[in-house]
Amino acid sequence: MTAYIIRRLLYAIPILIGVNLITFLLFFVVNSPDDMARMHLGMKRVTPEAIETWKRERGYHRPLFLNRDANGAETLTDTIFFDKSVRLFAFDFGSSDAGRDIGYDISQRMWPSLAIAVPVLVVGLLINISLALFIVFFRATYIDIAAVVLLVAMMSISSLFYIIGGQYVLSKVFHLVPISGYDTGLAAWKFLILPVIIGVIGGVGTGTRWYRTLFIEEAGKDYVRTARAKGLSERLVLFRHVLRNALIPILTGVVVVLPLLFMGSLITESFFGIPGLGSYTIDAINNQDFAIVRAMVFLGSVLYILGLLMTDISYTLVDPRVRLS
Amino acid sequence: MPVVLITDALIFLLLVLAVGFGVYAARHAHLREPWGRVLRSRIGVAALVILGFYVVVGLLDSLHFNPRLGEKGAQGETLYSPQVLSVLDLVLTPLRERQEKTYSAPFATHLFAKETIELPNGTVVRDYPRLTYGGSHLRDPQTERLPDILLTSLRGLGWGLLLWLAVAMLIVWAFARRRGEGLRPTFDAMLAGGTAVPWRTLLLTLALLLILGAIAAELSLKYHILGTDKVGEDVLYQTLKSIRTGLVIGTLTTLIMLPAAILLGIMAGYFGGLADDIIQYLYTTLNSIPGVLLIAAAILMLQIYMANNEEAFASLVERADLRLLFLCIILGVTSWTGLCRLLRGESLKLREADYVQAATALGVGRFTVIGRHILPNVLHIVLITLVLDFSGLVLAEAVLSYINIGVDPTMNSWGNMINSARLELAREPVVWWSLAAAFLFMFTLVLFANLFADVVRDAFDPRLRGS
Repeated sequence: MTAYIIRRLLYAIPILIGVNLITFLLFFVVNSPDDMARMHLGMKRVTPEAIETWKRERGYHRPLFLNRDANGAETLTDTIFFDKSVRLFAFDFGSSDAGRDIGYDISQRMWPSLAIAVPVLVVGLLINISLALFIVFFRATYIDIAAVVLLVAMMSISSLFYIIGGQYVLSKVFHLVPISGYDTGLAAWKFLILPVIIGVIGGVGTGTRWYRTLFIEEAGKDYVRTARAKGLSERLVLFRHVLRNALIPILTGVVVVLPLLFMGSLITESFFGIPGLGSYTIDAINNQDFAIVRAMVFLGSVLYILGLLMTDISYTLVDPRVRLS
Repeated sequence: MPVVLITDALIFLLLVLAVGFGVYAARHAHLREPWGRVLRSRIGVAALVILGFYVVVGLLDSLHFNPRLGEKGAQGETLYSPQVLSVLDLVLTPLRERQEKTYSAPFATHLFAKETIELPNGTVVRDYPRLTYGGSHLRDPQTERLPDILLTSLRGLGWGLLLWLAVAMLIVWAFARRRGEGLRPTFDAMLAGGTAVPWRTLLLTLALLLILGAIAAELSLKYHILGTDKVGEDVLYQTLKSIRTGLVIGTLTTLIMLPAAILLGIMAGYFGGLADDIIQYLYTTLNSIPGVLLIAAAILMLQIYMANNEEAFASLVERADLRLLFLCIILGVTSWTGLCRLLRGESLKLREADYVQAATALGVGRFTVIGRHILPNVLHIVLITLVLDFSGLVLAEAVLSYINIGVDPTMNSWGNMINSARLELAREPVVWWSLAAAFLFMFTLVLFANLFADVVRDAFDPRLRGS
């Protein structure tokens, strides 16, 4: 097991190097730091001196890969590539183009993101599984057909409309909760409840439909038929046999997204003004703060790879038939 | 003078490919059979009719040209306006040109905002002024508006029914000739639902579409049936123009990523070894970059490039079009990995299949094996992915445009409509019609695309066929 994990971790390194190279190419080679500076300082009337100062302040004045003016190891280390890309491997994100410490911002902003993402995941999972079980109980009846049509319709609604509609109905018409904002500590609950509700409702269509498929597939298997033939009630068959076995793909599907919960939800957070990592990213995109976008790309890739690793491990934990090789 | 934008060319390339594939499918029994299943399903047929409407609007909107100017040039040559219009713009000229000052509600006769009006007797009041076009033919809007709307709808209903009757007659006639029966028994069979292809569903959906369309057309000549937006543009016009954007994103993205996904997926699965390792590494790496961030980074770079090379673009439309194409490409880069992995798995399985082994043993070359045995047998996966991805991409456009990394802000799209309407929700009373229009058209498209995708998947997926 340990050997397997170590091997998988080693396998992650070339992937992270690849991600790093891609982002580096995208951010520094396709467009030079001069272009970035001009973008920030205003396009046309910028003096070369202003561009030079902007670049120097942010460390973009160095050469890309090789610094021929420096000596020894510094030929490689005193470059943009080393300073801006290689350092990410040590989770040293540096400072944003606006001058703030990215690492500190991330550590502060991940909590609001988690405060939304975790409840949405847990509540959503419970509701989706219950609904799917309910539908499977009535499978091949009109309830089943109507429910599936409803689920497809719910899937077809853009997440933007869930948010706008929820904000409008709950906050503006009924004044139950504030429309947007955030508070520190436990006082934040009243700002969190609406995004969580909307997040859960927005996921019902896709989630429940997927779980229904899993349950139905499981319910068609031989051992379920045996259980029924023994005379078990439909309720027992569903809960004891179908649910338990279908939980394997459900749980492993959840494990993949667990690490990515840190990244927060871009749309939800920016609509509700929650200071999480999602809105951090959106703000960075809108302010064209490349340093933050770069850091978030790297963080996201690390978390994704972590998710894949955790999935593989969880397979072996829940299903002893799977052997690691 | 015709103007061919890059996406136009690609759309028509896609159309040619689709027609070509249709002809190919019709000649091969193993492809004809699943398509027959799609056509025999009621949901499939209804979805086809609705999607057909969207496709026709999108195609009309993809034929661009520079309109001819009224006056002649100095040497007597015809002059063309630099403005780029599409055939759809031409059809919708009454909608396009009747621009109000600012917001007005659906079917309104007065503007949404108060203005200072000078009355004929010289006094000045602040009130809601009459619209320049919407309901301007009414003398007393308060009493005349409702009867007028009803009457106009009735006329639209009549037109729609007439049109439908004509189309229905044509269908019944063509079908009767094929069956070699009279018109009457054919029609009865259709109505009773006794035909293999559910013609009754088709005719009903068509009736609904034509009647609603005709009513909307009649009404929109007199009113702004979905209101007007901030600069007074008709919202119905905007949402119809957005159809093309949605379709382009939904289809071209897949078209662009298809060659890479098919080639690499089959190569990885069939050749295995080093090729497999490299290709797997490639798609795991691309997949591990968060999609939205990759798109954001790429679009930011494009913006910088465009700002630095303004002179390279002949017109705003061309620039917006290039951005749309670029968005399709970058969405394709983030979404080809799923298909590639599926194809890899499938060709890995097919490599061991008896007929492939036999072909290899008989000395058939590797690329012939891929072309003749592997590719035709993974095509159903490609098709299912294409249809399944469509609705997700249409939805993604809205989200991306909302965070300003989607299509160009000057381009008509549902995402841009939502984005600009969002802030108006805070107004009192609420400006809801832009959102409602975008919602209605997007929801219909995505819903029927989803339903159609389900039907196609059920028809093509061999695993589901037994049940």
